[in-house]
Amino acid sequence: MSYIRLLMIRPQDLLCPKPEGLYCPPGDFYIDPVRPVARAVITHGHADHARAGHGAVLATPQTLDIMGERYGLDFAQTVQAGAYGEKFARDDVEVTLVPAGHVLGSAQAVVRWKGLTMVVSGDYKRRRDPTCPAFEPIPCDVFISEATFGLPVFRHPDDREEIARLLRSVAQFPERSHLVGAYALGKAQRIIRLLREAGWDRPIHVHGALERLNALYERHGIDLGPLEPATTGKKPDFAGQIVIAPPSATQDRWSRRFPDPVTAFASGWMQVRARARQRGVELPLVISDHADWDELTATVDELRPGELWITHGREEALARWAELHGVPARAMALVGYEEEDDD
Amino acid sequence: MKAFAELLDRLSLTASRNAKLTLVRDYLRQTPDPDRGWALAALTGELSFDAAKPAFIRKAVEARMDPQLFAWSYDYVGDLAETVALVWPARPGANREPQLSEVVDALRGATRPEVQRLIEGWLDALQPTGRWALLKLMTGGLRVGLTARLAKRAVADMGAEPVPAVEIEELWHALHPPYEDLFAWLEGHGERPSSDNPGRFRPAMLAQALDEAVDFGKLDPADYSAEWKWDGIRVQAVNEGGVRRLYTRTGDDISKGFPDVVDALTAEGSIDGELLVMRDGRIASFGDLQQRLNRKSVDAKLLAKFPAGIRAYDLLAEGPEDTRPLPFAERRRRLEAFVAREQSDRIDLSPIQPFATWAELTALRANPPAGDPQVSEGLMLKRLDSIYEAGRPKGPWFKWKRDPLLIDAVLMYAQRGHGKRSSFYSDYTFGVWTEDDAGQRVLTPVGKAYFGFTDEELKQIDKFVRDNTLERFGPVRSVRAEPHHGLVFEVAFEGLQRSTRHKSGVAMRFPRINRLRWDKPPGEADALSTLERMLAAQ
Ligand SMILES: [Zn+2]
Ligand SMILES: [Zn+2]
Repeated sequence: MSYIRLLMIRPQDLLCPKPEGLYCPPGDFYIDPVRPVARAVITHGHADHARAGHGAVLATPQTLDIMGERYGLDFAQTVQAGAYGEKFARDDVEVTLVPAGHVLGSAQAVVRWKGLTMVVSGDYKRRRDPTCPAFEPIPCDVFISEATFGLPVFRHPDDREEIARLLRSVAQFPERSHLVGAYALGKAQRIIRLLREAGWDRPIHVHGALERLNALYERHGIDLGPLEPATTGKKPDFAGQIVIAPPSATQDRWSRRFPDPVTAFASGWMQVRARARQRGVELPLVISDHADWDELTATVDELRPGELWITHGREEALARWAELHGVPARAMALVGYEEEDDD
Repeated sequence: MKAFAELLDRLSLTASRNAKLTLVRDYLRQTPDPDRGWALAALTGELSFDAAKPAFIRKAVEARMDPQLFAWSYDYVGDLAETVALVWPARPGANREPQLSEVVDALRGATRPEVQRLIEGWLDALQPTGRWALLKLMTGGLRVGLTARLAKRAVADMGAEPVPAVEIEELWHALHPPYEDLFAWLEGHGERPSSDNPGRFRPAMLAQALDEAVDFGKLDPADYSAEWKWDGIRVQAVNEGGVRRLYTRTGDDISKGFPDVVDALTAEGSIDGELLVMRDGRIASFGDLQQRLNRKSVDAKLLAKFPAGIRAYDLLAEGPEDTRPLPFAERRRRLEAFVAREQSDRIDLSPIQPFATWAELTALRANPPAGDPQVSEGLMLKRLDSIYEAGRPKGPWFKWKRDPLLIDAVLMYAQRGHGKRSSFYSDYTFGVWTEDDAGQRVLTPVGKAYFGFTDEELKQIDKFVRDNTLERFGPVRSVRAEPHHGLVFEVAFEGLQRSTRHKSGVAMRFPRINRLRWDKPPGEADALSTLERMLAAQ
């Protein structure tokens, strides 16, 4: 029998949804609040989870660094860096950050109180990522999961296969440049690392909007190899080259500087052909920093929590799957989190 | 199967013709026999299976997963084959991905229950893209935006020394999948396969567009013969060794849709001509011909209502003799005799128009005599000594189209282009003025165009669209189009037809942007009544 019934405490006394975000009454703090609050625990640096203007912030040192880079060093009144596994207590509530495998510094928030354990996954994935430590499963009474890709159609392939497809295309069309759309935080650096692992050691050209975060990753020990700005050089110089840019730039006038570019986009949404067509993507790369359907369901199966709460994404399908597999589930429909962290 | 799946996947998202050619050519070079041959057969529409029906696929997937979860998935994706490919809950144990040839062999030979078991096993063994390709292959109609013609063109390019694409077309009807003899020849380790195949297609000879300003100065009118360019579709009718066929100019066999025309050619030979709907020797509208095109089956009623025939231009074979190496003047004499012998009311001759000077011909084009010439597309010029040469050689044949019809229309919507143009709004919907039910003067869309402008003009229009956007609907933007603010296009087109699909009730043939009228206020653009008058005058 779970603690929930044994102790007669209700999980919603420990964490409950409020308009500002997920709130912890006994500890008086929010997790990933979407509006400014007095005390916040931030799971990771994507803009929809990490906002500026809070009083006190607890996050991993990497996440704090990312927030400082984006919002300036005064993004909160006070900050506290929490290394993975370090325990923080406030009154009788204990908070620990453990790896979520999503992007550099991303964490799950493990919240313990009177023998009750609740885990807020933040955004997470289960497969290997050369830019951050792997997701760590924590046994819990309530698992609070994201469900960005919570439909059985989302089955992300091996990312090495996707990178191999990109490189085959580069070899096949040596007169064109390959323009890869990738989100500035996490995805871009992961793609660069994967390219390096696949043996691509030539300079990779990057859009100006990626430069600061690339430098930050390098400071945290992620070696990205030779990078060059995508703005210098003449059109023919980019033939046979790989250029990485934020997704919005690949379709914009900015892209006209490259010779007949093959537009690629690295995202879990690229699994669905109509999405690729809609965005004019010629080479969709199904590479995501979120758990796919198999990872979401395998994680629930592995943890077998007393209850599953689902914060954002396609809650209804994952909730149904959990119910069919004997795990009580509840969709929270938290607002303010983007479909995919588009920054 | 994996390479084939990747090819289909890329083709389905690639807009550029050259990129498609590269993708197919490289696939053919890198894939062993017989897989590549079956892939080529699938791409050219030569494969069809009837043992596998899509309905069973849906049942199979619902037996393996929660129907509600499947329903949500299908709702989200919108395409059955793609949904099944993505959600398929594979049973463990399947180990080896099937070869394309293995799939084709099995689908061709197996009975329905056997096929279903096989397909489930393949779906278990394949990855999502492979599953998607398998389901597309099975249910027919790949629809990846590649014509059979382009696929053949890629075949012509695959060897170390490319061969002319017309050679592949000439051979095509004598070949059978998986085309091992063809590939062996192209790769330099086999004989050229024989094209000796009764009733085969002979690649068509095409004309260059005439540039009056340049060409008339260089050409001698005495060397050329002139005739009208009829407004139907160019065809080739063959009767050889008892085999009768009707082909389009790209080699598609359309015999099934035109039994009346196929039966009309009784003597052995092959003629090149224009397919038209004809009543009492007069040409009916192109719209009438469209009633006969793209039909899987025809009935007696349709045949009687829209009787089709051929207006003959040329003779490619007579009996066993290949007449293509003869000069045009000689072929023409033989064609006249051939058509006269046929005595058919479904085959007549395209008459030669005598002329002595270019000025005389210019006058003829500007004022065609009463009757059929008034609905012709213009004139054709053929050198009297020209042999019948496949493709579009420079010099022997010219087409001299009539001047297009012109109207001024207002840009209403713009859509993002594809491929090279994906950062531009390059597809335009334009409209003309009419009155709505309340008597208000409003614009109604009359057509779409995406060419006719220079790259520089494209940039200017793109900027106008971005600066004047009213609303966005996915890749489409509506733009300001008011009497005193908006962009006017001079639109050129070849003709008008009644249309029930267009709200305006008219449809243009080959519309393109002729000129940008930055100087013209949209309020002064044309009205629907102008188009109505043009339609009545045709
Ligand atoms: Zn995120
Ligand atoms: Zn998120």
